[in-house]
Amino acid sequence: MAGASKAVVDSRANLPFVYRQYSPEQLRQVLHKMYLIRRFEEGAEECYMRGLIHGTMHLSIGQEASAMGICMPLAEDDQITSTHRGHGHCIAKGAEVSRMFAEFFGKTTGYCKGRGGSMHIADVAKGNLGANGIVAGGIPIAVGAALSSKRMKTGKVVVSFFGDGANNEGAFHEALNMAAIWKLPVIFVCENNGYGMSTSTARSTAVKNIAERAAAYSMPGVIVNGNIFSEVAEASFKAVERARAGEGPTLIESKTYRHRGHSKSDRNRYRTKEEIEDWMANRDPITLFETELRDFGFIDDQGIQAIRDAVAKEIADGIEFAKASPAPEIATLENYVYTEHA
Amino acid sequence: MDAAVRELSYAQAIQEAMAIAMDMDERVFLMGEDIGVYGGAFQVTGDLVERYGTDRVIDTPISELGGAGVAVGAAVTGMRPIFEFQFSDFATLGMEQIVNQAAKMRFMLGGEVSVPVVMRFPAGSGTGAAAQHSQSLEAWLGHVPGLKVIQPATPHDAKGMLLAAVADPDPVMIFEHKLLYKMKGHVPEGHYIVPIGKAEIRREGRDLTIVATSIMVQKALEAAAALEGEGIDIEVVDLRTIRPIDRQTIIDSVKKTSRLLCVYEAVKTLGIGAEVSALVAESEAFDYLDAPIVRLGGAETPIPYNPDLEKATVPQVPDIIAAARDLVKGVR
Repeated sequence: MAGASKAVVDSRANLPFVYRQYSPEQLRQVLHKMYLIRRFEEGAEECYMRGLIHGTMHLSIGQEASAMGICMPLAEDDQITSTHRGHGHCIAKGAEVSRMFAEFFGKTTGYCKGRGGSMHIADVAKGNLGANGIVAGGIPIAVGAALSSKRMKTGKVVVSFFGDGANNEGAFHEALNMAAIWKLPVIFVCENNGYGMSTSTARSTAVKNIAERAAAYSMPGVIVNGNIFSEVAEASFKAVERARAGEGPTLIESKTYRHRGHSKSDRNRYRTKEEIEDWMANRDPITLFETELRDFGFIDDQGIQAIRDAVAKEIADGIEFAKASPAPEIATLENYVYTEHA
Repeated sequence: MDAAVRELSYAQAIQEAMAIAMDMDERVFLMGEDIGVYGGAFQVTGDLVERYGTDRVIDTPISELGGAGVAVGAAVTGMRPIFEFQFSDFATLGMEQIVNQAAKMRFMLGGEVSVPVVMRFPAGSGTGAAAQHSQSLEAWLGHVPGLKVIQPATPHDAKGMLLAAVADPDPVMIFEHKLLYKMKGHVPEGHYIVPIGKAEIRREGRDLTIVATSIMVQKALEAAAALEGEGIDIEVVDLRTIRPIDRQTIIDSVKKTSRLLCVYEAVKTLGIGAEVSALVAESEAFDYLDAPIVRLGGAETPIPYNPDLEKATVPQVPDIIAAARDLVKGVR
């Protein structure tokens, strides 16, 4: 902090982790991206309601701090595997919303050229190896990517996002065990939003906290409030340091909540309206972060409004880009099944 | 020994191919259960761990699903893993990663990645290992676009096709019949490729085409030799690859012989024989047929323990001789 005055340093000294670790500009960017995730999903939902997007989608509205906090300490060439609820991870890792919308619209300009849709959204160039339609499907793949990193000495760290439902899949346990015995640079991030589709973790999971599973695989198990950006980012930062130092994997349980249902077919019969409204009104991750930023003097109302306006334009432009993009030719149906030989 | 007549067993040929692949490409490594100091359940990896170390010959925990997934993840991120399932039956435990991930990842991501993983499956009956260690599940995987599925039937092909698989950018599943591991045959030294997707005519003939897979190729050749004395001239097509299937070689052979017998060890119903029969029936070769197509496949039962029952479950040489004779003599 060569240029900063001592007063500024001191004033930051008692603030939570991210306010000491990152510049005000970086933190304003985080708020920008959290809004971008929220508005992207609201935009996608609206396009779905209007019949512009078919299929289904799983919205992560309410979980934005988790995606952003975990990705904050990652370098561009670090890698992630994601889940069916993966839009936030994709944006947090650096994807453009225009190409994401294009994918949801099934267009050739989409990240998967219209072959994947919401559930397989990916951005390989930015290190996102893809969302996954199979619960826990991406976890062993992340361990394999971490094995590549270790063998090829690339220094890359791999993050595997998954939900609470995945902690009861065999793949979760097999993958954590292998990552631990081989000390691989991988971070397991369980975004516990309380429900695997309709079944609460209390009904599905024998341990109270999924982080307790870490003990079975001799790795640190960390619980964070997934709706508080700084808490998530701090845990991720430590796990990334540990992974890069060759000390092996970490399991982070990020406790959060999805405001929307599991997917578009969800009638929310397994939770109360009061519960949902409480999370929305009192624990919204964007509101919490925005309030902190303002209280600590990192942004003012004008700055917040500027972010909201910029995001609104990005979303509108993205949807227009998707609408205007070409659909794939039927003749290309069998493309990408196998690698084309030159 | 003269290189031109050098003989290796099928297992040795695979081991040599893996060694060559590792020598040629630093990215190639082996993973599987007990493939290190133990040498693999069928001694296919043998002493490779001593030559290449535990970083490149990795013993996994007994975690077929996770292990297969790790191999897929490593393949997607630049490595060239060869993953050994200890028995092909354990593919059932890894099916999620094989079918949902390895096979589809390139497609789902719009061609942004390739998945150059090789998976090896010791398969088949005849070892007294009963119902959960004796199956032939290749048609399951043959049904999945995105995978390539091969069944080399000779030591020569076992080496050349494994080297083709390692060089292939897409996931290749190799089914190796356990009874073939000790079979000896000519195996050239050094690197060579036997292409995936090409059938091989093992024996030319004019009266009947037998399309066989894996160990049934050897049995079909024995049957053909036995019928020679009766004046029956059989052509034996070694399918070698079941996905992508070599339609043209089959069609051309049937057009020449006008009769088709499919022989395979897997359960007869809904198997590779159905596919071969159907592709002939759909082709111009149909008009050349002088007799109904016949399939000889495994019985509609799990593989039993009792050795006589076990043998009776899958086609044997006398079964092939009888079916071929009946077909050529117009009994059927």
